[in-house]
Amino acid sequence: MKFTWFNLMPWPHLPDDFREKHRSVWVDIDSRLFDAEKSHEVYNTYMDLLEYAGTLGFDGIGVNEHHQNGYGIMPSPNIIAAGLARRTKDVGLVVLGNSIALYNPPVRVAEEFAMLDCISGGRLVAGFPVGTSMDTNYCYGQIPALTREKYLEAHDLIMQAWHNPDPFAFNGRYNKLRHVNIWPRPIQKPNPPIHIPGGGSVETYDFCIDNTYSYSYLSFSGYIRGKALMQGYWDRVAQRNAPDTSPYRAGFAQTICVADTDEEAERLYSEHVLYFYNRCLHVYAGFADAPGYRTIKTIQTGALSQYAPPIDGYAHLTWKDLIDGGHVIAGSPETVRQRMEELIKGLRVGNIFCLMHVGNMPKEKAMYSTQLFAEKVMPKLRHLYPEFADDGRFWCKPMQAQVKPGSLPRADDAARLARA
Amino acid sequence: MELKTIQTPRVPVRYYEGGKGKPLVYLHGAGGILPADPFLAKLAQKFHVYAPLLPGYGDSQECGAMRDMLDFTLHTLDVVEALGLKDPILTGHSMGGMIAAEMAAIAHNDFAKLVLVCPAGLWLEKHPIPDLFAMLPYEMPPYLFHDVEMGTKLMTAGVALNDPEWLKGFLVMNARQMGMAGKILFPIPERGLSERLYRIKAKTHIVWGASDKLIPPVYGEAFRQAIKGAQLTIIPKAGHMVTLEQPDELVTALGYLG
Repeated sequence: MKFTWFNLMPWPHLPDDFREKHRSVWVDIDSRLFDAEKSHEVYNTYMDLLEYAGTLGFDGIGVNEHHQNGYGIMPSPNIIAAGLARRTKDVGLVVLGNSIALYNPPVRVAEEFAMLDCISGGRLVAGFPVGTSMDTNYCYGQIPALTREKYLEAHDLIMQAWHNPDPFAFNGRYNKLRHVNIWPRPIQKPNPPIHIPGGGSVETYDFCIDNTYSYSYLSFSGYIRGKALMQGYWDRVAQRNAPDTSPYRAGFAQTICVADTDEEAERLYSEHVLYFYNRCLHVYAGFADAPGYRTIKTIQTGALSQYAPPIDGYAHLTWKDLIDGGHVIAGSPETVRQRMEELIKGLRVGNIFCLMHVGNMPKEKAMYSTQLFAEKVMPKLRHLYPEFADDGRFWCKPMQAQVKPGSLPRADDAARLARA
Repeated sequence: MELKTIQTPRVPVRYYEGGKGKPLVYLHGAGGILPADPFLAKLAQKFHVYAPLLPGYGDSQECGAMRDMLDFTLHTLDVVEALGLKDPILTGHSMGGMIAAEMAAIAHNDFAKLVLVCPAGLWLEKHPIPDLFAMLPYEMPPYLFHDVEMGTKLMTAGVALNDPEWLKGFLVMNARQMGMAGKILFPIPERGLSERLYRIKAKTHIVWGASDKLIPPVYGEAFRQAIKGAQLTIIPKAGHMVTLEQPDELVTALGYLG
């Protein structure tokens, strides 16, 4: 199993009456709610927490891309990942990912991911989301019905830029480049492992299966509601005659809170979990899916209504509802272990994106929960799917001998050595 | 009106045809054409009406190869040619008006009479057009209708949000139609038309609903100024859906061109 400690980076200072006074946490969120000076601490604390998780035995630490979003203040995950690359070692850097249709030209992604791979010594796990409709269409103005075509072209261009050792011309519909020849090139050959976050589009299932990419479902609805979607994916894997059913072909994001006992978990974390589900997920429905963003094929599967958030939103859900519905897995280490095992087996997923800093959770609680998970839960789940233990196709392959950042000689030694 | 199909170079096109009189091509707005559309029926009392559906609208075949404004313009010129029409009265509503204006600008020797009914296609910084693509259906009537209550009734007739099959059908239709419209209207319904309007040679009549809150009548003035010799008529007690709210007034206005 591969466990990634993931931080969405929510803004922790949304007011109590956010839902009543504001129509959306995303796209047209009131900029006056952002306090740049407070964000200095928020960003640094969130990066500290990611680095902390990197010392506890997690396989990866994860970041992602959102725009104009109060629950994800990370429009550029590559900036965060670059910071993490310097202050961590061994742990995978899971950038899940760059919405490649938004970069102009997309070779920028090929370049920046190559830089991250080089700086980190081959620790990059690269993600290529199509991007949510909110980010891609409403914030970044991409035409919904052309988004997928542009995405596929961007993917094609990035792959060629990584694989082709010689300068080449790329005559795309959306990108016309006469001299593609990126410097630097990634350490991992032929390219870093690729994960594709998706939300139930049939096209994305097929894209992952055909390219041997890992399909990851990043929802906040939890593993019980996620089951139908992942089953749709595995059915598709069987239909397309994929050579194997490795669980590493799939990943799932789950909100997880661990405490000494179930009661303590509720006492410590419910406030922060409810902050997330009540305020951070308050998205205006008009921004949910621009017409044309989903393909007809996907709509016709009926999948969207099936996987959609509850019709009346998350706001009325109590801690008990969230636990019973599997949105959140919380409790003592044993409770969490049991439910995680249900998730891992039920969804057949080898990659878990652990959402452990939730909403406005203070750093001490995030650390406590994370440490308990790393020490008392994770080791008991590692052995699952032993028959696929050697499947390295979907994970990074770091260099054996990595340099230690910050290892310049002392200034006086440098002067001496320079003259020698 | 009869629903027919005609082959064009890119895709078979569905179109309504009916009425007697001078040939008139009507290009619909982003909402498409209603079944038994009352406005088309009124038009057909005075003209021989041809109302093609944009690919993806109604039951017509989609056309992935149409991506941008030039594609839409050339496609619709292809439709007029396939119908064998020479110099029909060219009319269009909203998005259809945008396409009609482009056609009259590009093929400026082919059209002598042009009617633009609250057309899209311009963008005035001081009068930003509300984002139709970020509106829920129940939020639309105040933008589209003078008589909001009537408009709401019209737009919610048959809506069954709790019925998954109905919802699926609605989402498919919306994706087909508005997905297509989005290629020239999203996220801002402007594709450079203002730089081409000078080419229009057709005698042009611009018609606007006085209460249009989607594309306010100030845009009518902008079109009038940009098209040489154009006339602007503002119809009272009508919103953006002037076609449904004041069809008689509109048909009379169309008749002005003869």
